[in-house]
Amino acid sequence: MPLKSKDLISIKDLDRDDLRLILDTAESFKEVGAREIKKVPTLRGKTVVNLFFEPSTRTRTSFELAAKRLSADVVNISASGSSVAKGESLLDTARNIQAMQSDLIIVRHPCAGAPVLLARNVSSAIINAGDGAHEHPTQALLDLFTIRERKKRLEGLTVAIVGDVLHSRVARSAIAALKMVGSTIRLVGPPTMIPREVAHWGVEVFYQYEEALKGADVIMILRLQLERQGRGLFPTLREYANLYGLTARRLAMAKDDVLVMHPGPINRGVEISPDVADGLSSAILAQATNGVAVRMAVLYLLSGVAKHEPVDP
Amino acid sequence: MNRAMSRVAHEVIERNRGLTDLTLVGIRTGGVHLAHRLAARLKEIEGAVLPVGALDITLYRDDLNKMREQPAVRKTEIGFDFTDKIVILVDDVLFTGRTIRAAMDQLIDFGRPREIQLAVLIDRGHRELPIRANYVGKSFPTSPEEKVKVLLKEEGEDDRVIIENAA
Repeated sequence: MPLKSKDLISIKDLDRDDLRLILDTAESFKEVGAREIKKVPTLRGKTVVNLFFEPSTRTRTSFELAAKRLSADVVNISASGSSVAKGESLLDTARNIQAMQSDLIIVRHPCAGAPVLLARNVSSAIINAGDGAHEHPTQALLDLFTIRERKKRLEGLTVAIVGDVLHSRVARSAIAALKMVGSTIRLVGPPTMIPREVAHWGVEVFYQYEEALKGADVIMILRLQLERQGRGLFPTLREYANLYGLTARRLAMAKDDVLVMHPGPINRGVEISPDVADGLSSAILAQATNGVAVRMAVLYLLSGVAKHEPVDP
Repeated sequence: MNRAMSRVAHEVIERNRGLTDLTLVGIRTGGVHLAHRLAARLKEIEGAVLPVGALDITLYRDDLNKMREQPAVRKTEIGFDFTDKIVILVDDVLFTGRTIRAAMDQLIDFGRPREIQLAVLIDRGHRELPIRANYVGKSFPTSPEEKVKVLLKEEGEDDRVIIENAA
């Protein structure tokens, strides 16, 4: 059973079966990462391009390692230091990459919709690694993988998503994915950071952190995106930390076996206190480990349907 | 099928003069069940318990580029170190030999066995690579178009081998 789409732009491109296929495949790939020789020859001869128009350590490294562990050739392009700085348009850049016979292009861009524009115009498979405040689908997939690994299930869990929902593509992808698998979602954050359209998302909204934590199985903390602030959405960083920082005292209000997740990079002492980030409930480093396995699964599953002429079996 | 497995077990013991340093690795899915059966039979005869691993060769296939859709990947589980030991690969049907090529490549990424031997339940001929089994349950002459399936009770079937015409 293959994925139905050539690209991975949004969690909404997937259905429940696709989600399960990706998570199950990622389980097999996680085992590859635990081997002494962490490499399989599966994508030998394929070319994967990391096209990043925004800074990234974790996601870019994670995709790069995933592709290399599958034996693909990987090229990294970042906006600074490339001809993007000379004014080349996004489509021209992508068409030139395509002309060099790329098979998969992983794109991160500050504008929502950039990946779908590429998907419509080049034959390579496009994977969205974050576009504006729209989506970051592989992050949601690795979050689901981590939850399923720790909780042994996805259905019926209560997940609190905390912080700057307004600017967060991580939250949008996570909400879409969690809804698909039947979790209950609670959003909590300053009213200025909860977008008005949440009314249509089928989630519960809280403004009191403590209320949202009662009975929560998972706490997903969003990074306070300091680079996207400066518009007076909250008075001071200290006040934000006071009201929406996850401390040991607040953590105690959730279930005993609550899982704390964060997509990284963490602002220690702002949205999460250091003792919680490094505590027993934290799955933050497990998320990074699982990210590589999940991205290997996505690369593998999309590589076959990309541009080959169908051959009779 | 039981008699064939018993004979293979005796041949394994004879060829290796006992079970010292032997390990079994089954190729998913049928080969894994057969590897466990072989281990059980060897235990009955010699009393020693051999480690059994499972290999999924999907990621090492040489025909991934030719397939319309990516095949499902399952887990490889080899919970022991076989460096300097003898690995007996176990599969249900030996046909072109390409699966065994992939399995050997993968094994060598895991470690350096002293020797790799091959045990199969059915050898149906039509090799495309220079590969030969050390232990064969039964040789079946077939035509390349036919399909050979081994059904096992571990998969909820009666133990039997069926040959289908690909008509």
